[in-house]
Amino acid sequence: MKMDIILAGVGGQGILSVAAAIGYAAINEGLHIKQAEVHGMSQRGGVVQSHFRISDQPIYSELIPLGKADMILSLEPMEALRYLPYLGETGWLISNEKPMVNIVDYPDADALYTSIRQVENHVLLDTDKLARKVGTAKASNMALLGAASAHLPLKEKSLEKGIRQLFKAKGEKIMEMNINAFIAGRSLALEKDAV
Amino acid sequence: MRRNIMDLMLLLGDEAIAQGAMDAGLSGVYAYPGTPSTEITEYIQRSKQAKEKKVHSEWSVNEKTAMEEALGMSYAGKRAMVCMKHVGLNVAADAFVNSAITGANGGLLVVVADDPSMHSSQNEQDSRYYGKFAMIPVLEPSDQQEAYDMAYNGFELSEKYETPVLLRITTRLAHSRGAVYRKDLLEENILKLPENMTQYVLLPAIARIQYKKLIDKQQEINTSSEGSAYNYFFDAPDKQRGVIACGITINYLRELYDHGEAPYPVLKIGQYPAPVDKVKMMIGSCAEVLLLEEGYPFLEEMLNTPYMPQAKIKGRLSGDLPRTGELNPDLIAQALGMELSPTRAPSILVKGRPPSMCAGCTHIEVYNELNAALIQYGKGRVFSDIGCYTLGALPPYNAINSCVDMGASITMAKGAADAGLKPAVAVIGDSTFTHSGMTGLMDAIYENSPITIIISDNRTTAMTGGQTSLATGKLDEVCIGLGVGPDHVHTFEPSPKNRQEVINIIEKELAYEGLSVIIPVRECVQTAKKHKKQNIKKEVAS
Repeated sequence: MKMDIILAGVGGQGILSVAAAIGYAAINEGLHIKQAEVHGMSQRGGVVQSHFRISDQPIYSELIPLGKADMILSLEPMEALRYLPYLGETGWLISNEKPMVNIVDYPDADALYTSIRQVENHVLLDTDKLARKVGTAKASNMALLGAASAHLPLKEKSLEKGIRQLFKAKGEKIMEMNINAFIAGRSLALEKDAV
Repeated sequence: MRRNIMDLMLLLGDEAIAQGAMDAGLSGVYAYPGTPSTEITEYIQRSKQAKEKKVHSEWSVNEKTAMEEALGMSYAGKRAMVCMKHVGLNVAADAFVNSAITGANGGLLVVVADDPSMHSSQNEQDSRYYGKFAMIPVLEPSDQQEAYDMAYNGFELSEKYETPVLLRITTRLAHSRGAVYRKDLLEENILKLPENMTQYVLLPAIARIQYKKLIDKQQEINTSSEGSAYNYFFDAPDKQRGVIACGITINYLRELYDHGEAPYPVLKIGQYPAPVDKVKMMIGSCAEVLLLEEGYPFLEEMLNTPYMPQAKIKGRLSGDLPRTGELNPDLIAQALGMELSPTRAPSILVKGRPPSMCAGCTHIEVYNELNAALIQYGKGRVFSDIGCYTLGALPPYNAINSCVDMGASITMAKGAADAGLKPAVAVIGDSTFTHSGMTGLMDAIYENSPITIIISDNRTTAMTGGQTSLATGKLDEVCIGLGVGPDHVHTFEPSPKNRQEVINIIEKELAYEGLSVIIPVRECVQTAKKHKKQNIKKEVAS
């Protein structure tokens, strides 16, 4: 088993927290992981991406080769499309639909959605809205992780445990809000799949 | 080795180095923040283990002072580490090169993080040249485990050969997370003066002796590389080609083959000078040799020179790999003539999203005011520096005309003023000013140069994530203490409310035929957010 994921978003959206939660879950299941992060200048409202690799075998490269990613998981629709050349033929494109407009030439959102829907395996949903319903739009990243969870090679329970490990230091309330966002994202994605 | 899953840690390359150094009995880390090296020191600052052992981990004012402080700790017999980004080694170079001549007493590890592809730097210089220049062993890890091991063993190597050891990493490893198993915890060295009480006195007569010693050590250092566990050879039957893979590139190569096994002989290099016998054997036994190196074609240049061209050596110089930028599995597959996976076309909808200053950033206010004050003089007279405010080069501000190296704003403005450009303006941040701005300021003070210096004080080293800035809040005292006329030092908090007042001050000082320093002070919005949260927590706790 191997699962190569490109995590995408804009500085401040919490993409590295998604990576950390998946990381805890994978380690809890005794899997190998490698994760390349972006730090520094890119955080100032710029592009943030992470290559995240999970396998039951040793992993060599920090970087995922082009055309080999099994999933692009994005907190922002334009960022979801930025890494299209990495996505394998049967790969999943899972994205939040809420645009983050901090540039003057941001494209038409409907055109972005049309492109995303052209990928056979896609999930497109407003995780900001979902997260707001359970308490705070800040948990949008965990709602997105929930939406992706059915397509990850990790047990739902280990992901929940991973989220608890990640937010333990922030207190019970924040931890529960993030768990609820995760569950909301997971339920909505499963509903959509069923349609 | 017995490996227990409970001992496993999931660490960034930077963190693995920090943990390895601490486990090897580190007594102090010295550093100035710089991407991608910052997380090494931050990890030690947060570490309970370091707190209990009282490991020194405060930031230094720049890389040169950090290097010298580490050298002093090594002089006293303890294990010291100094960390910086690649261009930081230019700042520390005087101390670094001469530390090879003095030699080390306690283990001295110099960690330098290179940034191929310039993710957040102004060049992609390759620190392995500095190691060769200083004639000391260089280690280059291929993964997080080796990063840990090399930091752990680097001190031993340093103490064995009595030289500093350079540990070179690149951005990709610094900022990638992977599994690390720890080794046994070592005790710190005891305080112990060097046996030779003159070796650190580099008077010519002593320096000549020390330099000779360094030269005499080279044979041993080469032998150490030849037998190093970090340099190893995988044989394979197909000798049509051999591959020499330095550092992290071995992972990209192995990615391309089932079980990571290439059909060609592969030499993996992690300790320099590159092992001569092993490299010769590769060249002798294979029809051609592909060199994989992050950064410059360092080894390739030694094997294939314009004076004695070797057509069988392939790499960045031969054009088989790109001359610049970071490598990846796809580039290596291409160089090996492998077929690439089919890929989806890139989306034409996607636009660039460059980093920008945060909403509410004090630098934005400063640039708006400066631009207004400069209208009467026209463009092209603002020299700036390295920090978040460098983003003032981008629209809509288009406010600065230079960013070269730490501190160059003040000195370049002075040089331009000497040439007759009046007014000339320098824009520098608080942390960059203490790093390398103060020395240049002395030049301008001595000549009362007609330049206007703006120290935009956001109370932190913001670009690298908000580390301590050593003189924030007292920069006016520093400037006046150095000798700037008090009448021409202005400190205030900039805001839309006092905008016109500030523009008037800047205009007045631009017109003044002498040196002035303007210090707008307002906290970085990012650290302000953090502080607010901490305060709420404190209130809740009390």
